[in-house]
Amino acid sequence: MKFLTLIGSNLRRKKVRTALTMGSFAVALFLYGLLAAIQTAFNQGVQVAGVDRLIVRNKVSLILPLPLAYKDQMLQLPGVKAVTYATWFGGYYQDPKNFFPNFAVDAPTWLRVYPEYRVPPKEWQAFLRDRQGCIVGRKTAERFGFKVGDRIPLIAGIFGGEWDFDVCGIYDGARREDDTSQLWLRNDYLDERRVWGKGTVGWYVVQVRNPDRAAAVAEAIDRRFANSPWETAAESEKAFAAGFVKQVGDIQLLILVIGTVVFFTLLLVTGNAMALAVRERTAELAVLKAVGFGDGTVLWLVLAEALFYALSGGTLGLVGAKLFTLRGDPTGGLLPVFYLGLGRMCLGLLLAAVVGVAAGILPALTAGRLKIVEALRRV
Amino acid sequence: MVRLGDNGKALIRVRNLDKTYRRGGQEVHVLQGLNLSVDEGEFVAFMGPSGSGKTTLLNLLGGLDLPTAGSIAVAGDEITRLSGSKLAQWRARHVGFIFQMYNLLPVLTAFQNVELPLLLTRLSKAQRRRHVETALALVGLSDRMDYYPRQLSGGQEQRVAIARAIVADPTFLLCDEPTGDLDRRSADEILALLSDLSSRFGKTVLMVTHDPRAAERAEVVLHLEKGALVEGTTSGPERHGPASGTAER
Repeated sequence: MKFLTLIGSNLRRKKVRTALTMGSFAVALFLYGLLAAIQTAFNQGVQVAGVDRLIVRNKVSLILPLPLAYKDQMLQLPGVKAVTYATWFGGYYQDPKNFFPNFAVDAPTWLRVYPEYRVPPKEWQAFLRDRQGCIVGRKTAERFGFKVGDRIPLIAGIFGGEWDFDVCGIYDGARREDDTSQLWLRNDYLDERRVWGKGTVGWYVVQVRNPDRAAAVAEAIDRRFANSPWETAAESEKAFAAGFVKQVGDIQLLILVIGTVVFFTLLLVTGNAMALAVRERTAELAVLKAVGFGDGTVLWLVLAEALFYALSGGTLGLVGAKLFTLRGDPTGGLLPVFYLGLGRMCLGLLLAAVVGVAAGILPALTAGRLKIVEALRRV
Repeated sequence: MVRLGDNGKALIRVRNLDKTYRRGGQEVHVLQGLNLSVDEGEFVAFMGPSGSGKTTLLNLLGGLDLPTAGSIAVAGDEITRLSGSKLAQWRARHVGFIFQMYNLLPVLTAFQNVELPLLLTRLSKAQRRRHVETALALVGLSDRMDYYPRQLSGGQEQRVAIARAIVADPTFLLCDEPTGDLDRRSADEILALLSDLSSRFGKTVLMVTHDPRAAERAEVVLHLEKGALVEGTTSGPERHGPASGTAER
């Protein structure tokens, strides 16, 4: 603590350089924060996927349907606890840019398989009573100002025409990671009104009794429908979500590459700033050593400066990123779960500290090993 | 070997000191077989032409550099055998340095510059403040504590440097051309201060200088030539008591 004055004075020596180096960390960590939030958004499905749930889709493609009749057959398979299903509706509100996920669900069984979604019982009962009813996620309701009792028109991209729905309720997620941007309508209503594909659904969600037996159940399902016109591909919800993300591209790799480049650049910038700082102060460091500062103390003084750049700049950047993510999804629906968690912030700060130490270690070692007599000659 | 008045109570005892540098593949013998004894409380000036080894000797006595051969004992401690970290601790405890160019840290105030050596001690903040205030009062700069070096004159800067050198109450002071960058008046003030530290406070002062007028302030003036102490050691005229500073060849 008693060296803080000395460290602080050195940081104030070149205010512009201090501000720019801190700024580099701030920008880098701001970018890191955004990338982390994007990664969270893409991985959200994987993270929250239920371990006891399987997704069963058409083996050929997710966009091809499966017969509604499969539900009862799946329920008869050993290890299956519950089955529900959904069909992508693909509607939008007023403008195609107003994207949000909306699909038709099997209302009686949906919440049994997805207990993490919370809907007030009265609102859910209203949904069960109203064939034209819908349940809207909190985020989408807030985005468009939907309230319970509203009648909202959706333009159906896949099925065509304008469809009106009564907002029967608003759901929340039990966890922050849960996606509350969806809208659920009733599959029986869709099936009644659709002109093609009646009696089919988009995908099934199967809840298994024992998660350890999930793979075996998935195999049993695929075996059951093998060699039929509608063969299935069953997999864990986690694998399904991960595969879905991969369809967009290798987001993980992309984020890793961008992050690595940013932090490496930061390392060079800070390393250069620290090397300059030490070179300019050679004689002063020699004086410190002459009055009794040991090699280790001088080394730590230089490292402390690098750490200050890293932690103060990093904190600024992360706070900026946090504030940015608090404004919500910047894409208007593509990243429904867009937030920067405390864990990611701590990791970012740790990364900044590592870069700070890595950037400062060589100049610090140089300062620590400084030969007093030679350094004093340079005065 | 010639011994000049070693009374056996020397604070600093140098034996057969050699220092050799390699420059461009050639060996340069800066100090050769130098012997020296300095008693506690003495004010010794080293004179000699450039390249005679004065500053090298001072650096070796202050533990800033290591000799090629020979021994340096200060208050019984053989400093040539100390490791780097032990030597740093020894410097903090025993040596106060005063440089020609003052070497104050420009980003610190006079107070903070003087406080630097105390940061290495276990003194509390209040105790450090008391020590710094005392040292600055001693050099007559109580009213300049919060000034930065750029706001002080050369003489004032050197007085801050002296305060920094004495604040931790070191065993001895090493001054490398302390008046070399000052005008006559400021130089006289600094020399009077050093003389005072020696006579009134019993501080051992070793000073390298080119200036005969500065050397006159010392009790003992030792001449170096080609890395060795030469005959012609003189005692300064202004001091009282025996001139026991000794040179041995």
